[in-house]
Amino acid sequence: MANDPIHQFQIAKWVPIEIGGLDFSFTNASAFMVATVAAAGAFLYLTTSSRGLVPSRLQSVSEMSYEFVSSMLRDAAGSHGMKFFPFVFSLFMFVLVANLLGLFPYFFTVTSHIIVTFALALLVIGTVIVYGFYRNGASFLKLFVPSGVPGILVPLVVLIEVISFLSRPISLSVRLFANMLAGHITLKVFAGFVTSLSALGIAGVAGSVLPLAMTVAITALEFLVAFLQAYVFAVLTCMYLNDAIHPGH
Amino acid sequence: MAKPGRPRKPDVGKPSGAGRAGPDEAGIRDEELERRRRDLEATLAARRPEPEESGAAASSGATGYGQALKLSSEFIAGVAVGAGLGWAVDRLAGTSPWGLIVLLLLGFVAGVLNVLRSAGLVARQGRNRSPGEGI
Repeated sequence: MANDPIHQFQIAKWVPIEIGGLDFSFTNASAFMVATVAAAGAFLYLTTSSRGLVPSRLQSVSEMSYEFVSSMLRDAAGSHGMKFFPFVFSLFMFVLVANLLGLFPYFFTVTSHIIVTFALALLVIGTVIVYGFYRNGASFLKLFVPSGVPGILVPLVVLIEVISFLSRPISLSVRLFANMLAGHITLKVFAGFVTSLSALGIAGVAGSVLPLAMTVAITALEFLVAFLQAYVFAVLTCMYLNDAIHPGH
Repeated sequence: MAKPGRPRKPDVGKPSGAGRAGPDEAGIRDEELERRRRDLEATLAARRPEPEESGAAASSGATGYGQALKLSSEFIAGVAVGAGLGWAVDRLAGTSPWGLIVLLLLGFVAGVLNVLRSAGLVARQGRNRSPGEGI
């Protein structure tokens, strides 16, 4: 059981709640989502509360994350996109802090469950569709009609473009989920080799140095992946929002 | 985000025909050619589609692992959406199995299109209108 690499993803009901036959239990996933929001909010609030003109180290970390997301959004979606800044910034901080919290031993990784990442992706694509129609009306549909296509091919191309558009939330969520899941399983498998090998005696203990070194290296890689996936998620959100703001560019 | 850098070539624009007749004319022609080459490069750079998240691709490209996950997720998403739509159409219209067959094939097409787009080989959705003008 100790070496089961899947065990870390099991949902445990901490406080069973049932309302009208539906399961609303407070699970470890809920707890870590609350912890993610609390950690991100507390970090941003506490580090910026002094409001130093010359920022302290932690305050400059907060300011850097603000600048990072705002320049990303302005590059991708122009200055009209800045009204979505709170949305993109919250998404970025949530994914980033959830990924980083998951790297602590014995912690639960929220983003390694596809239902969580899919809900986030649906939120993004729902915003794109609703805002796209609200702002552009029917001309939002021009997004699906590429220019310069012969008339007879238009229905086929439009169908392909629609499928391609609908596949966006799936690829967005699968990418984040698969990266976190694969990384944590790899980490756990290599760490499991250390205990199995060292049970073999003195030669095994000497040999277990290799998987231990690998585990350390993979941990470093996982930190990179945690940042990178949060960044990719936010960048793709910005690009999709740009399609809603300027369709047919 | 960094735009795809235009290929930087060593500066070869210096007039090299000093030994031949009429060095001034040769110099003018070389400058003219150099100017045209720069214009062409600028035009080509403007037409080239921007690869999605080029910064991320550059830093994760060290392992190739991030790239593989990205492209495979794009492809699988296209196929899965095609299959799902086909199943739903069959379910609603009772045209089994034709909706599934046709839409699954179109899903493969959309998956390939997604992969090419995310690799930056095809212009992005909505960008294919007037490729010279950016945002």
